[in-house]
Amino acid sequence: MTALVVEAAGPGITLQDGGRHGYLRYGITAAGPMDPLMHATANRAAGNPLDATAIEISTGGVTLSADGGAIGIALVVPGFRVALDGAALPGCVVLTLEPGRTLVVRAGDAGCWGYLAVCGRIAVAPVLGSNATHTRSGLGGLDGRGLAAGDRLPVDEGRSGDVSPHRLTAPWLDRDPRVIRVVLGPQDDYFAPDQIAAFLSGPWTVSPRGDRMACFLDGTPLTHAKGHDIVSDGVAMGAIQVPGNGLPIVLMADRQSTGGYPKVATVIGPDLGRLAQVRGGARIAFRQVTVDEAVAARRAERAVLREPVAREPVVRADFASDFLLGLNLVGGVTDGRA
Amino acid sequence: MVVEFGRTVDPAISDRVLALDDALGADPPEGLRERVPTYRSLMLHYDPLVLDRAALVERVRTLAAGTTARAAATTLWTLPCCYAAPHGEDVAQVAERTGLSPDAVVATHAGATYRVYMYGFAPGFAYLGGLPEVLAVPRRASPRPPHPANAVVIGGGLAAVATVPMPTGWYVIGATPARLYAPERDPSFFVGAGDLIRFEPVDAATFDALSAREAAGEPVARRWESRA
Repeated sequence: MTALVVEAAGPGITLQDGGRHGYLRYGITAAGPMDPLMHATANRAAGNPLDATAIEISTGGVTLSADGGAIGIALVVPGFRVALDGAALPGCVVLTLEPGRTLVVRAGDAGCWGYLAVCGRIAVAPVLGSNATHTRSGLGGLDGRGLAAGDRLPVDEGRSGDVSPHRLTAPWLDRDPRVIRVVLGPQDDYFAPDQIAAFLSGPWTVSPRGDRMACFLDGTPLTHAKGHDIVSDGVAMGAIQVPGNGLPIVLMADRQSTGGYPKVATVIGPDLGRLAQVRGGARIAFRQVTVDEAVAARRAERAVLREPVAREPVVRADFASDFLLGLNLVGGVTDGRA
Repeated sequence: MVVEFGRTVDPAISDRVLALDDALGADPPEGLRERVPTYRSLMLHYDPLVLDRAALVERVRTLAAGTTARAAATTLWTLPCCYAAPHGEDVAQVAERTGLSPDAVVATHAGATYRVYMYGFAPGFAYLGGLPEVLAVPRRASPRPPHPANAVVIGGGLAAVATVPMPTGWYVIGATPARLYAPERDPSFFVGAGDLIRFEPVDAATFDALSAREAAGEPVARRWESRA
């Protein structure tokens, strides 16, 4: 059977679909992509349902090959470095991976997460109705763990598509990472008005110790008006809890289902991905919006995904300087593997 | 959306949370994705492009005003529990901290009826209210080494069944052969929030025999129905 073969994988490379929904009431976290819009874009470009299973690529990087047949691939990893048999490609690209060729994705100058969708279906057995990987509880994906060298991902219903690489154009992924929109609550009443103002004006620095569970923020600590313990309640992706040290933590895809710290605000769904892509050390600020504005942003996001993702053939003349720069960088990667 | 009924751990608040959860579950509006009952609130996840927020708020207000107690019969589960070695690893420590004898710790825990307030923290981790006051030991300052699956634990005035092995700040006083969480089984979970639980002491040999039956697909938890 045709399979995508993992030749090498850094930490944090997992299979993710749209998430494991319906079991949150039993303590099962949805998991799913850190950047839902980018994940959906890769699936859209591959001709799949938007919530299909794709590889989430971390800055750890991954090297892949095809076995048993050619595999059509949509790769959406803006800011990363990509090479097919040593030749640089754009960070957003569709291509056909033929047996014997090697696709390398490495961290570049921006971004934390990217997605690789196959034109077809990554055929691994779902757990509780989903392939989303939650490594902390060992659920989903491939045996509940991150991908590693030697793993084979069977591809069903494959459609190999264009033979030559085509660049994808997805302008909706050019998001301003510095401003993250939030709605206040559910426990904003645990903070005095001047602390809410301090939270919104920031600035906050994203800590490098973030992962799929949480994004930690450094800055001037906030103070609580009513203590920092609450009787546990439900936690959404994007909930911003403020523990005793006053430094906000944004809970992300692999968060626990409930929590016992007051949540000052919640990042709106359409801005979760742009926050997830901010690297450690970068500054962000929050901007308060109403629930109606958040819903309008969701509607706008959903609308762009109804259109096909524009593509154009990759030709050298299109990006000569990029290409030359890429050659040098990829040369380094090749040396590293030798 | 979070529907808050209070800010404390209180069976009356939990009743209202679960009554609303039942009412929404009986006739779920299209676009409602998840209902997460907790001690004091019901969290609702919904698709705002399918289910209008104002309509959901209106529906919740109407249901919350009209249903303050659960209409359904109460379900009671009896779970076999082995408090003896090697399962009740921390019984001696609890005895030391409470001044009770190890036998009294076991008899007290097994003599109570617990209520499932909520799941949280980890897959299938069930928070149970109803722990007798004399067993209300604070949680450990630092976690103990990982316990096996389906540990019966106490700490911080609560009891719990911890389905997934992990380090914990709670005290492990036994284990149940019943698997409250089995991802490959249908249903994967059988105990719901609001259900009652009693633990029935068994010896280690019985525990092993019951574990074998459970592994063969024969459930060892027993179910009782009573009027609310």
